[in-house]
Amino acid sequence: MVSANNELAYNTKIEGDIVVTRADAVINWLRSSSVWPMPMGLACCAIELMGVAASRFDIARFGAEVFRFSPRQADCMIVAGTVTYKMAPHVRRIYDQMAEPKWVIAMGACASSGGMYRSYATLQGVDQIVPVDVYISGCPPRPEALLDALIKLQSKIKKEPSANTLLQSA
Amino acid sequence: MTATADVTAALQAKFPAATPRPSGDHPALNLPIVEVVAALKYLRDEFAYDFLVDVTAIDNGVEATPRFTTVWHVYSTAGHGYVRIAADCASDENPVAPTVSHIWPTANWHERETYDLLGVKFEKHPDLRRILMWDGYPYHPLRKDFPLAGIQTPLPDLEVSELTGATVKPAPMAGGPFVASPGEMNMTDAEPRAKDESWNERREKPASE
Repeated sequence: MVSANNELAYNTKIEGDIVVTRADAVINWLRSSSVWPMPMGLACCAIELMGVAASRFDIARFGAEVFRFSPRQADCMIVAGTVTYKMAPHVRRIYDQMAEPKWVIAMGACASSGGMYRSYATLQGVDQIVPVDVYISGCPPRPEALLDALIKLQSKIKKEPSANTLLQSA
Repeated sequence: MTATADVTAALQAKFPAATPRPSGDHPALNLPIVEVVAALKYLRDEFAYDFLVDVTAIDNGVEATPRFTTVWHVYSTAGHGYVRIAADCASDENPVAPTVSHIWPTANWHERETYDLLGVKFEKHPDLRRILMWDGYPYHPLRKDFPLAGIQTPLPDLEVSELTGATVKPAPMAGGPFVASPGEMNMTDAEPRAKDESWNERREKPASE
């Protein structure tokens, strides 16, 4: 025998347990816990990047182990290495192909500022062509530094007004 | 196997215009540029110099005449010896050298690099495009009149250049070039750094006396 449900409010006995929260908190929790990196390995920093992905440092502990070599499936471009002027337009193009929301980590001295390559061939900082969220110092940075940058990026993501942005773009 | 002294003697006998070139290591000869291909072929066929190690060029200076000297290094995998052949390019504005890419296919990329960085055109090269800098780059960066920091030009992709406002800019040298100090010293002291650290982006370069 089925009776009509005439209650106006949520009844936890019918609906199950309910957790009340803010949309931002949920969305940002999802986003920050599964940052899929786009490895832009252009020089020796990429070797450290591989080290971070391997078992000793294990970037999977922070939910960012799913390296995607397709920009369509990636959230965070990690620019690891020297960006030459010849490569710069391609970096920008790959950034453009990534779906929103997207972030950029400039890993190491070269990606951050051109590093020791003060020459006619080297872009003096990848921030000239893409917006960078986190810079990492070092030549190359220790794997811990990249993990630290990832944690910093996660805390940055957690402060974003994601629900508002989604509503405005809809 | 023929000793290297015999090689230079034989080359000079066959090409009377060849003159000895000062060299700190391997036997070296200056040749008129029109005889270079024949001489290299002669070295390969008669003396088993079967490996072309390098093709490069020298910019002797903006004022110098002849300004450009093209250099070939050949190595004998049987005799384990090197020979260096150098030839001055006739024109100072549009230096031209003959290609050897039909003799050694490896010369293809060496000649493209020499064209890219020094602007020496190799005649009859099958595909003389730039190899390191991008197509359409207006300069030859290893020429003496090209500054290490670079010259402002648009990015290779004009669309990206317009979108981002970024261009190829002269790099801030700040007392550079950045060089590492060799030798048995503390690693920190040997790190790459500017030679002249008395000035940087914020502090003006002191006027030279």
